[in-house]
Amino acid sequence: MSEGILVFIEQRDGALNKTSLEAIVAAQRIAASTGDKVSAIVLGNGIANVASEVAAKKLEKVYTLEDDRLNEYTPDGYVGALKQAIEKLSPRFVILSHTYQVRDFAPRLTTALGKTFVTDCIAVRVDGSDVVFTRQIFQGKINTDVRVSAESPVFASFQSGSYRADLAEAGAAAVEPLAVDMSGVTIRTETEPKFQEAKQAVDLTQAPLIVAVGRGIKSQDNLPVVQALADALGAEIAASRPICDNEWLPMDRQIGSSGQTVAPKLYLAVGISGAIQHVVGMKNAQTIVAINKDAEAPIFDIADYGIVGDLFEIVPALTEEIKKAKG
Amino acid sequence: MKICVCLKQVPKKDSILRIAQDQKWIDERDISYEMSEADAYALEEALRQKEAHGGEVIVISMGPERTRQSIKEALAKGADRAIHLDDPIFEQATDAAGIGRAIAAALKDEGCDLIMTGLQSDDHGFGQVGLIIAERLGMSSATIVMEVQIETGSVRVKRELESGWFQWVRVPTPAVLTIQSGINQLRYATLKGIMSAKKKELREVKAADLNLTADDLKPLQSIERAYVPEKSKQTEFIEGKPAEIAARLVEKLRFDARVF
Ligand SMILES: Cc1cc2nc3c(=O)[nH]c(=O)nc-3n(C[C@H](O)[C@H](O)[C@H](O)COP(=O)(O)OP(=O)(O)OC[C@H]3O[C@@H](n4cnc5c(N)ncnc54)[C@H](O)[C@@H]3O)c2cc1C
Repeated sequence: MSEGILVFIEQRDGALNKTSLEAIVAAQRIAASTGDKVSAIVLGNGIANVASEVAAKKLEKVYTLEDDRLNEYTPDGYVGALKQAIEKLSPRFVILSHTYQVRDFAPRLTTALGKTFVTDCIAVRVDGSDVVFTRQIFQGKINTDVRVSAESPVFASFQSGSYRADLAEAGAAAVEPLAVDMSGVTIRTETEPKFQEAKQAVDLTQAPLIVAVGRGIKSQDNLPVVQALADALGAEIAASRPICDNEWLPMDRQIGSSGQTVAPKLYLAVGISGAIQHVVGMKNAQTIVAINKDAEAPIFDIADYGIVGDLFEIVPALTEEIKKAKG
Repeated sequence: MKICVCLKQVPKKDSILRIAQDQKWIDERDISYEMSEADAYALEEALRQKEAHGGEVIVISMGPERTRQSIKEALAKGADRAIHLDDPIFEQATDAAGIGRAIAAALKDEGCDLIMTGLQSDDHGFGQVGLIIAERLGMSSATIVMEVQIETGSVRVKRELESGWFQWVRVPTPAVLTIQSGINQLRYATLKGIMSAKKKELREVKAADLNLTADDLKPLQSIERAYVPEKSKQTEFIEGKPAEIAARLVEKLRFDARVF
């Protein structure tokens, strides 16, 4: 008989990934309706600090799983260890945060266990005996409520920012080592040290004004339209990922989860749809202006000022007006 | 080197998406389709590796009749042959587990050295199918890949991690790699490519060919309701002719937001 909710805690070099606390909040929300007890599990070596940090939350237990084969994250190591842990603990739900690491192993784990996995959720609610997850499709343009008809454990991962980490209820959980047999687990991945690309030439984090351009610009030849606006404003130019993927602007001007995170006084988004991976990099800007021809574009969800229209008409007019205003 | 690329056809980027009558998906009338973006990069990477090391590129796609258009585009770009999983039974496989199971079954006996997929599709965005195939076929895997170096018996890849971090990892072949957008620069199909694609093998596979029934592919999770997200912020929309909009916005930026 399965019961309880197990939260996967992610750590890197002994430091807690804060999105794991958001996963705890999601689990506590489910538990508030179902009455399930929430526990957490941490894998690795030298994870005592992470375990005690997590144990300060309202949890039944914090399980630690230490083994030499888990020193460095590998998908084989994590799948091998978690598969045994989950079989042993037999929870009703396993909750994770939708990080790059989780994306790298969890679908293997759920397949090995023959279970269903609802990825990249933004909310969850309990409806009678069912749990309904909300996830976005078409890059945030449409929401869906997803119902699961599978045997437990049901796996779900939550998008970063779905729940506020500081809302995790506090408590004092017991830390309990969990023994698994890793002798049969073959690690196929050889890892090299993590690194960052050469220091960014442009530091957009210091720019007070940013004009960001997205795929709406259509071609590299049209970039001067937006550059002129940036020049008139005295702003730095930045871009969404596809613009940098196409090498229309250098990589170090990319804003988002795989680029820079900025919080300028003004962020003017031109022809950017507002996918979550972009939004995480700029949502803390003081004033956000969006110009987009699609009134339903998700960028308008976070914009202070919205202009629905063709950027090729609006941007030149705006450039002129700014020049006038600045005299 | 035998490389298989999994392609998914999705609504074009600029499509106006409307919710269908039954509120379970989008209204597919008047939608045109294209290859999902990350899959296009996966195909390009496979073609480049083949050009460098020799071998064969096979594309596989599951989807209705219209999917052929994207399959043919892949053949025109240089893929050698294609497998199309086209069967009403496959259309019931609407979750990642079912899709992954069907594709894995179709590739089981192909003996691929590498299987490449996009890191996630632009429609559902499950981000799971590649790894489900890897697990089912007992292959090693690496996800969110930004560079591929083929070695003897293994592949060394650069993985993207969060916020500007990267890591090189080596995995033994056969391996599944999920490819991130921007790994390379995409090519266009040439007229010659389009002509030669007509002669290339395009094999249609039915569920029965894989010994799969509707029951095997029954989704374990399904969309109960699709809807337009509610706005959480009060956006002030500025309307009018371009010049009027510009004047009003500049006023707002100057006096309300005080950005200049
Ligand atoms: C793991 C991962 C990491 C990622 N990291 C990042 C990241 O760091 N940064 C990032 O930006 N993305 C990132 N992405 C990609 C992200 O999901 C989106 O695909 C991307 O942000 C979309 O860029 P866009 O808005 O420019 O393009 P699109 O989504 O194609 O939007 C273009 C917009 O332009 C509008 N438009 C078109 N023509 C006009 C016109 N004439 N006038 C006005 N508007 C017009 C359209 O209505 C549309 O809204 C990542 C994705 C993944 C999976």
